[in-house]
Amino acid sequence: MKHQKKANKFGRLLVDAVFGSIIGFINGFLGGGGGMIAVPILEKIKKLDNKKAHATAIAMIFPLTIASSFVYTLTIDFDWTTLAILATSVTVGGIIGSLMLKKLSGKVVRIIFAFLMLGTGVYMLVV
Amino acid sequence: MNFFLLAIFGVIGGVLGGMGMGGGTLLIPLLTIFLSINQKLAQGYNLISFLIMASFALIIHSKNKMIDIKSVVLLDAFGVAFCILGALLVSQIKSDILHILFAIFLILLSLYQFYKFFRKDY
Repeated sequence: MKHQKKANKFGRLLVDAVFGSIIGFINGFLGGGGGMIAVPILEKIKKLDNKKAHATAIAMIFPLTIASSFVYTLTIDFDWTTLAILATSVTVGGIIGSLMLKKLSGKVVRIIFAFLMLGTGVYMLVV
Repeated sequence: MNFFLLAIFGVIGGVLGGMGMGGGTLLIPLLTIFLSINQKLAQGYNLISFLIMASFALIIHSKNKMIDIKSVVLLDAFGVAFCILGALLVSQIKSDILHILFAIFLILLSLYQFYKFFRKDY
């Protein structure tokens, strides 16, 4: 029994290590999208319900994004006007989105979004 | 630069991002396709905008008791090292190649969403 408990603990640590590393790498290398992978992992492995998983994904990505942003700021020349406009508008949108999450039935939104991603991905490859 | 479009795209990306539904996966291609911002820059803009947005979104979510912080501690402990690695790699790679890799990532992500949808996991 005790042995099995230990094995389980090690297994969980391994799972966290693998998925944490993948999500981290995507966050730094592709500059976004880590949260999209975090949501199903939080649902399946951490057994969070769907809405909690979405909110918690943001919390998970936050420290990773601090580290990634720091490296980007050192290596890339930003246009600060563009950044200021984007940061402001994203924040306004984000506040609306987070107030909506509690009341939302996400099914329709997500399937529309899946089509959008597929179309965009193909477009980016072809054009 | 079309500042109006920029702000519209930002709001759209923000709404999705605030719901934890992939604001960045949408915002980045919007910036590269419609405003011809190069891939690396778009990724950087997204990261920093997310940080500011998420600071507010997280306050709202934690007030609504939607965040389970103990689920993420270990994931983050491993993630931080790899996100720095990923971000450093970006400066070693051409923007065009990054653009293609990002597109492939989007397609895979959408296919997973469809798979989930048809398995009725929602």
